[in-house]
Amino acid sequence: MTLLAQVPTGSGQPAATPPAARSGRHRLLPYLLLLPGAAWLLVFFGVPLVQLASASLYDPSGSLSTGYALTWAFGNYPDVLQAYWPQFLRSFGYAGVALVLALLLGYPLAYAIAQKAGRWKNLLLVCVVAPMFTSFLVRTLAWKTILSDNGALVGLLRDVHLLAPDGRLLATPFAVVLGLTYNFLPFLVLPLYASLERLDYRLLEAASDLYASPVQAFRRVTLPLSMPGLVAGTLLFFIPASGDYINAELLGTPNEYMIGNVIDSAFLVRLDYPQGAALSFLLMAAILAVVFGYLRRAGTEEVL
Amino acid sequence: MRLSRWLADRCVMIVALLVLGYLALPILVVAGLSFNRPSSRLSYDFNEFTLDNWRQPCATSDMCDAVVRSVQIGFIATVVATVLGTLMAFALVRHRFRGRSGINVLIFLPMATPELVMGTSLLALFVSAGVPQGFWTIVIAHVMFCVSFVVVTVKARLAGMDRRLEEAAMDLYASEWQTFRRITLPLVLPGIVAAALLAFSLSFDDFIITNFNAGTTVTFPMYVWGAAQRGIPPQVNVIGTAMFVIALLLVGLSSLRGRRARRANLPVGPAQGAPVRGRS
Repeated sequence: MTLLAQVPTGSGQPAATPPAARSGRHRLLPYLLLLPGAAWLLVFFGVPLVQLASASLYDPSGSLSTGYALTWAFGNYPDVLQAYWPQFLRSFGYAGVALVLALLLGYPLAYAIAQKAGRWKNLLLVCVVAPMFTSFLVRTLAWKTILSDNGALVGLLRDVHLLAPDGRLLATPFAVVLGLTYNFLPFLVLPLYASLERLDYRLLEAASDLYASPVQAFRRVTLPLSMPGLVAGTLLFFIPASGDYINAELLGTPNEYMIGNVIDSAFLVRLDYPQGAALSFLLMAAILAVVFGYLRRAGTEEVL
Repeated sequence: MRLSRWLADRCVMIVALLVLGYLALPILVVAGLSFNRPSSRLSYDFNEFTLDNWRQPCATSDMCDAVVRSVQIGFIATVVATVLGTLMAFALVRHRFRGRSGINVLIFLPMATPELVMGTSLLALFVSAGVPQGFWTIVIAHVMFCVSFVVVTVKARLAGMDRRLEEAAMDLYASEWQTFRRITLPLVLPGIVAAALLAFSLSFDDFIITNFNAGTTVTFPMYVWGAAQRGIPPQVNVIGTAMFVIALLLVGLSSLRGRRARRANLPVGPAQGAPVRGRS
């Protein structure tokens, strides 16, 4: 039941040493301790999901003012898919490309901190989480300044002809993917780091003693051993990235809108609850399908 | 062979530093923009150096109202979520009971569900139950998504604790309550504090779930979202920079404390290093 591996604790104390059930009071105690929290989660996480499911089957001709009737209108699902499949595809496309970029950036970073940083390890870890110390929205807006048409970056890229004289970075798919990569990179790096930190360097030495090239040693030793962190990190990156709409809104245009933008406007602007609920449910189903398909292929059952 | 490995080693470190630069760049920009006098309301470019934004952070009073509201919501949600989550963590680590796997799933699911789904489903619940949305619906939502993170953080600390210390106290005729009060609680406290800080930062920074459940109440992230359409006052960057500095100071303080505790040979648990999410 691990989504993100724990930063190693050092002392290998066994996790649970429950005392043998003693008196009746002790048998009830765990339930009393669990009751308030579990009730909160049931009422405000579990029940709402049921409510959302039934809202997605409301008669689409109703409205918030006249009231909705639950007519088991399963037709809502094909309807919203037909209307918004481009945004769905875009969500998973952008999140997928951002994930590949994040892996290319995050793996070396996690590896360097875990294996090469020595006494700087903790400082570098703080640097990884540091972006999360400022507000998500404020730091996303900072990319608007960095990628601005009048900014140094665009000027440089135009000068070296990587960008046409009137080319832009802001309000393009590139900006949205860059923002997604940036915002969720720490979620990928931290579990990866936790896995790589436990990697015994002597295994790599043994591999090279047995004439493995560095590439072979990486493929046959480092990569398999970092698999739990890699799987957890990709999930922690992909789930929020595919449901995000802040980056698309702030760094993109309606042409870059993801499914989150559509759901937001369905609930808060158009007040079309059946449609918004059906889209939300489809998003969750799609993410669950991706997650379980991926976990099965990755073959690390202990992760979930 | 040796040379090539030396190069490869350095190469990984250089790439890592470049990536850290990519992560740090927006923070530097936010700090820089907090000293900016923008040329127009909708301009995001650096124009002219000024200290005005720092002298008058509340020049736009709605923004400061929103910050205060976010702090209030964060505080209440943190207290409730920390209490609920800590109780659950104790039950999970210290007790054997039926239905453990069900509880584990209930704690795990909110962390794996997209925020969008949690936000919209709560909205559907509140609307169908006729609950007017505002300050308290935001608090309810924040407690809901913070509890799981509190549970995993406190659990990690509790699981890494040496049970023999408590057994020793009991052997020395401490009552159960005394043992809890004098041994268990002080040892778990760093984990609880870390969990509370995590809960507060999650609550303070949440936008997506809040946006669906706020009614007309405006938190700081919602203020920024609205202002992005109308033009961002530069004071937003002052708040962003101040948040960053405060968080950095807290981390620095806790690592100093941890170092001192280690020198004094006290157990320093897993919660010290700030694992963002833990084993559940």
